[in-house]
Amino acid sequence: MSNKIVVGYDGSESAHATLDFAVGLAKAQGASIVVAHVLEWSPYSFLTPNELEERHKRRGEELDRAEKAILGPVMKKLENSGVPVTKALRYGGIADTLCDIVKAEGASQVVVGRTGNSGLSSRIFGSVAGSLAQISPVPVTIVP
Amino acid sequence: MNRTLKAAAIAAPAVLAATAPALAQSIDQKVNEIFANSTGWFVNLIFSPFPGTSFPWIVAWLVIAATIFTLYFGFIQFRAFPHSISLVKGDYSDPDDAGEVSHFQALATALSGTVGLGNIAGVAVAVGIGGPGATFWMILAGLMGMASKFTECTLGVKYRNEYEDGTVSGGPMYYMTKGFTERGLPAGKFMAVLFSIFCILGALGGGNMFQANQAHAQITNVVGDFPGWITGIVFAAIVFAVIIGGLKSIASVTEKVVPFMGVLYVLTALVILLMNANMIGWAFGQIFAGAFTGLGVAGGMVGALIQGFKRAAFSNEAGVGSAAIAHSAVRTKEPITEGFVSLLEPFIDTVVICTMTALVIIITGQLVSDPATGLYLLDEGGATIQTIDGNKGVALTSAAFSSSFGWFKYVLAIAVILFAFSTMISWSYYGLKAWTFLFGEGHTKEIVFKVIFCIFVVIGASANLGPVIDFSDAAIFAMAVVNIVALYFLMPIVKGELDSYLSRLKSGEIRKFE
Repeated sequence: MSNKIVVGYDGSESAHATLDFAVGLAKAQGASIVVAHVLEWSPYSFLTPNELEERHKRRGEELDRAEKAILGPVMKKLENSGVPVTKALRYGGIADTLCDIVKAEGASQVVVGRTGNSGLSSRIFGSVAGSLAQISPVPVTIVP
Repeated sequence: MNRTLKAAAIAAPAVLAATAPALAQSIDQKVNEIFANSTGWFVNLIFSPFPGTSFPWIVAWLVIAATIFTLYFGFIQFRAFPHSISLVKGDYSDPDDAGEVSHFQALATALSGTVGLGNIAGVAVAVGIGGPGATFWMILAGLMGMASKFTECTLGVKYRNEYEDGTVSGGPMYYMTKGFTERGLPAGKFMAVLFSIFCILGALGGGNMFQANQAHAQITNVVGDFPGWITGIVFAAIVFAVIIGGLKSIASVTEKVVPFMGVLYVLTALVILLMNANMIGWAFGQIFAGAFTGLGVAGGMVGALIQGFKRAAFSNEAGVGSAAIAHSAVRTKEPITEGFVSLLEPFIDTVVICTMTALVIIITGQLVSDPATGLYLLDEGGATIQTIDGNKGVALTSAAFSSSFGWFKYVLAIAVILFAFSTMISWSYYGLKAWTFLFGEGHTKEIVFKVIFCIFVVIGASANLGPVIDFSDAAIFAMAVVNIVALYFLMPIVKGELDSYLSRLKSGEIRKFE
């Protein structure tokens, strides 16, 4: 099994900390890193006719923005970290899609941060880290 | 808007209504009079009967078309039904296309344009005039209409325009121009122009005035009578804010609440039916007996049939061409898949939701019949069936649901307003597509249409149900006249797509994604 670590990354403060942790892990284990960014999306959501018409265009813009504002800078930053880095950019439910990326990459573990939401909102909406821990096929590290 | 202004805005119409009821009512009357006079000829043209009969040619036109499509595609609505469900579930969608418009989304958006007052008020009109028997013909029309919808939506996706910036435009005007050129047929452009004109009228009629009219009826039913133009202005202001002001939040909230309301509506209807489970057999008896004898309604069996077919077509819009506009944005390599998905639309709209409404009206005993003969009694005018409290249209549905759950009329009022609103938003889009097809795209041109659209909201809320429903039907059916002619000429193309797709599905070339 290849030694790959998938890191869930959304550009936030805590995502940076998560990434730093993962880089340390990868160095120690001689692993490579896949920086994964997931754009929240459900094929079962409801859109207006206007949104339907523009969806393809918007999708292009969203991918472009994610590439430039989120993945681009982080790839640049990791260039000289001494760890081999690749990226993955996908649409979908965040936890499910991270699992898909893990499978597609043949990764051996996955590292995510947590947003720090507790209480009511995560009771209603669930938390990405929590659901990932439930469904992931490989060990999950949750960085606080 | 600050609070004082808001309060003033709410108070002003109320004060006006209280101080000058006579004036207010006369505005409504005036609007109604002008409207009825100026649209009468168009209505008469569309609904003129076959010579020597009372059977409108337009109804025959729709029925014959649906029958031809059903036979030509070998009962595709039944054969492809399970495959349609798989497509909507996303079993055949490429995961790499995530983030694009899914089959589910295209279907949901098209449905929120069609599920609306047709299902609540339209059915009440059908049953109120045609009796329970109208339900039978309505269901039949819904089942047959699935084939019409399949044909037009396949073509809508196949001949859509995809622009460089990634946006898409589709609909009958595009398959008329491009499809006719491809087949070497003349007059494609002419038909597209004609269709666009009727589409604009349909958007202003069924997609707008009928909605405003029945929303107002529903509001007065709950809060008491007041002049329609007040509702009209409030509605117009909100529509204005969304389609001109670009207030997307209102539209997207509606878009999310409407499906929920639809489900709530069907569930409530089911509960009422279960509470009266012993009557369901009797109700179906009434429906079948009424379908072939009329049970005393005006026009007898033919009267029931005309009402059933008319209201079904008005509700599910199969063959009208509007759905082809909504469905054309889906991301798929196979246009035919959107045809499969779209055939679920008349099923959900008419066979499920409309039937629920009709059953609830029948089972709760809203229609007055003569206990001795079992025939329904007619009103003084001799056109409509007597109802317990003299209700018609949406008020009849409301009374039927409220007889089991008193509070439901409030829920229904909210549902009606939301349905009306989402249908208006959808139709403002269909109308705009036709408008820009005729006049070209451009900010000012689009604003002109949108302002006209808002003005018609006010007219629709002010006028009486009769003239509004006549004009709405006439405009929507006029679209079907042009659209169905195009479908006849283009259906071999759909057949080619269908055969190719089915053989690849069978050979395993097209298969589910894991």
